[in-house]
Amino acid sequence: MLDTRTPLVAMDDISISFGGIRAVDRASIDLYPGEVVGLLGHNGAGKSTLIKILSGAYKRDTGSIRINGQDATINNPRDAKAYGIETIYQQLAVADNVDAAANLFLGRELTTALGTLDDAAMESKAREVMGRLNPNFRRFKEPVRALSGGQRQSVAIARAILFDARILIMDEPTASLGPQETAQVGELIKQLKSDGIGIFLISHDIHDVFDLADRLVVMKNGQVVGSARTSDVTKDEVLGMIILGKVPAGAQAGPGAVLDQR
Amino acid sequence: MADQSVIPTTVHPSKFAQNPLQRFLLATELDTRLIGMIVALAIIWIGFNVFSGGLFLTPRNLWNLSVQTASVAVMVTGMVLVIVTRNVDLSVGSILGLVGMVMGVMQTDILPAQLGLGLGHPLIWALSLLAGLAVGVGIGALQGSIIAYLRVPAFIVTLGGYLVWRGAAWWVTMGRTVAPMDPTFQLIGGGPAGAIGALWSWVVCVIACAAIVVGLYLGRRQRLRFNFPLRPVWAEATLAILGCGIAIGAVWVVNAYPWPRRIAENYAHANGIDIPDGGLFISHGIAMPVLIALGVGVVMTFIATRTRFGRYVFAMGGNPEAAELAGINTRWVTVKIFMLMGGLCAIAAAISSARLNAATNALGTLDELYVIAAAVIGGASLAGGVGTIAGAMLGALVMQSLQSGMVLMGVDSPLQSIVVGVVLVFAVWLDTLYRRNKH
Repeated sequence: MLDTRTPLVAMDDISISFGGIRAVDRASIDLYPGEVVGLLGHNGAGKSTLIKILSGAYKRDTGSIRINGQDATINNPRDAKAYGIETIYQQLAVADNVDAAANLFLGRELTTALGTLDDAAMESKAREVMGRLNPNFRRFKEPVRALSGGQRQSVAIARAILFDARILIMDEPTASLGPQETAQVGELIKQLKSDGIGIFLISHDIHDVFDLADRLVVMKNGQVVGSARTSDVTKDEVLGMIILGKVPAGAQAGPGAVLDQR
Repeated sequence: MADQSVIPTTVHPSKFAQNPLQRFLLATELDTRLIGMIVALAIIWIGFNVFSGGLFLTPRNLWNLSVQTASVAVMVTGMVLVIVTRNVDLSVGSILGLVGMVMGVMQTDILPAQLGLGLGHPLIWALSLLAGLAVGVGIGALQGSIIAYLRVPAFIVTLGGYLVWRGAAWWVTMGRTVAPMDPTFQLIGGGPAGAIGALWSWVVCVIACAAIVVGLYLGRRQRLRFNFPLRPVWAEATLAILGCGIAIGAVWVVNAYPWPRRIAENYAHANGIDIPDGGLFISHGIAMPVLIALGVGVVMTFIATRTRFGRYVFAMGGNPEAAELAGINTRWVTVKIFMLMGGLCAIAAAISSARLNAATNALGTLDELYVIAAAVIGGASLAGGVGTIAGAMLGALVMQSLQSGMVLMGVDSPLQSIVVGVVLVFAVWLDTLYRRNKH
C-alpha cells in the first residue's frame, strides 16, 4: 500500500500562457490515492487547461509535476499514459468513423502473433468492459457516429478504465448524459475510488461535485482561490468561492483568494 | 433507434426487409455505394460499346484498358490513405516522372556502363527498380516530414513538390528521352511477352476463387464464435458465385485476346512450332502490370484494414485530436503515409516507363489529377475519415474507361478533358446526395 502521505500527483506552481494571456497562473494542486478531487470554476477559469497539462495535451511554461513523489516528464499524451494517467475529455475524444472496439483500443491495439490487428480479441474484451459499464450497449459493429451521447461517453470512459489507470481525469464526464447515465457514472466513480485510483473531477455542476468529491479546489482567472474538504463547506460557501473568490472559514486560501474584511 | 436493442443479436437484419431487392442487399451485406459504381461502370461500358459499333467490349480493348488503368490504380491505393487523413498529394505525377527518369538512367547508363554490368545483365531490372523505390520513398519521407513536423499544409508542400520533382526529372538527363529499357524491365509494362499466358492466368483465377470461398467460410466461422448474426446461406452462396464469376469472366476475357499474328509467327519460328492452318492462337492472359496492380490492391487493403497503421490512418481522419490524445504518434504516421505514397509512385513509374519503353520528361504529366479524381470518384471523402482501396481502384477503372471509350469513338482531345471534368463533379455530387440520404 502506498504511503498516504505521498501524494499520487503533486502539481506545483504551474503556469502557462497563450499569447500573453495567463490561462493558468502559479496553480498548485495535489491528489492522493483513492481520493476524488473536484476542480470547480467558471468557464475559462483555467481548470481544463491545468488538467490538460497533466494529461500531456499542453506543455507547461513553469512549475513541476511529481507522480508518487518522483519528478515526472510529461511532454505529450503518450508520456502521460506511461505514468498511468488516463483522461476522459469534455468534447468526447472519440474517432467518429470507427467502431466502439477500435476506439477503446485506439493507440494500444491488440495484435495477433503475426502483428495484425486481433479484432476478435479486441471486440470480446470490449464486450466484457462495456457489459460492466453499460449492459444495454450492443452496437459494437457500428461507427461511433451512430451512437447516442451517453453511449459515446460510455465508450470514452471504458477506454480509460480498460488500461488500469492509476490517475483518472474526468473533464465534465456527465455534461452530455441523461439522469440515469449520470447516476451510472457516479456509481462507477465510487467503484474506481475503492480500487485506490485517484480521480480529478472537473465540473461546473456543483451538485455533482458535492456528491462525489472528497475535496474540492476552486479556480478563478487562472489562479487557485482555495481548497476545502467537501464536508467542511456548504454549497453556498463554494458558490461564493467560484463567483467572488471569497474564501470561507472551512477552506484554505490559495494565491487567487480575495482578501476582504471579514 | 432505442428499439434496436430488443432484437436478439443472432437474427440477421435481412429477416425484416420489405421487398426482394432490399432483402438481397441486406442479406449479402454488399456496399450499396460499390454496387452503384459497378452499375455506373456497366452503363459506361455498354454505352461505349453501342456508340462505337461494338469496339469497346472486345477482349483486345478490355485487355488494353486493364493495362492502361494499372499505373493510376497503383497510385490511387496510396492516395486514398492520404485523402483519408485530410491531406492531398499533388506531386505524384512529378514523382513518377523523376523516378521514371532515375530508373531509366540506371538501366541504360549507370548500371551497364559506369558500373560495368553490361547491357542485359539479369540484375539490372531489379537494381533499377530498387533505386527507383528508394528515390520514391525518400521523396515521400521528405515531403511527409515537412508536412508533419514543420506543419506546412500538404497542399502547399506537394504543390511545391509538383514543380520541384518535374524540374528535377528534366535535370537528370537535361531533357533527353532515355530509351530503350532493359528487356526484363520491359515486362513490367505488359505487351505480349509481359503477360503471364493462359495457363498461369487460370492458376491465378483458381487462387482468387479459393481465397473468396475460404474468406467467406472463415468469416462465417468467426461470426458463429462470437454469436453475431449470420448471413443466410443463399446470400453466402450468391456472394461466392458472384466473386468467382467475376474472376473467371475476367480471366476468360484476357485469355480470349491472342498475340498479334506476326509476333506469334516469330515466336513459332524461334521455338520450332508448326503454325496450324487457322493461324497460331497464343493467349495474352493477365498482363504483368495488371497483376502488379492487383497485388498492390490486396496488400494495401490488408494494410488499411488489418494493421495498426491502417487503423491509425482512419482514426486520424475521423478525429485528428482524438487520435493525438489517444497517444498515437500522428506525425510519424503522416510521414509513413507519404513514404508509402512515394513508393507506390515508384511502382507506377516502373509500369509507365516500361510500357512506353522509354523515360521521358512528360511521363506522368497530369497523373496527380487523375489519381485524385479516381480516389474521389471511388468514395474517398476530402473531409477525411472515409474511403476504401477497392472503391478507389474501381474509380480508376471508371476514369480510364471514359477516356479509352472516347478515344475509340474518336472524340477530340479537348472534349475528352471537358467530359472527364464534368463527370468528376457529377460523381461527387451524386455521392454527396447518397451520403446525405443515408444519415
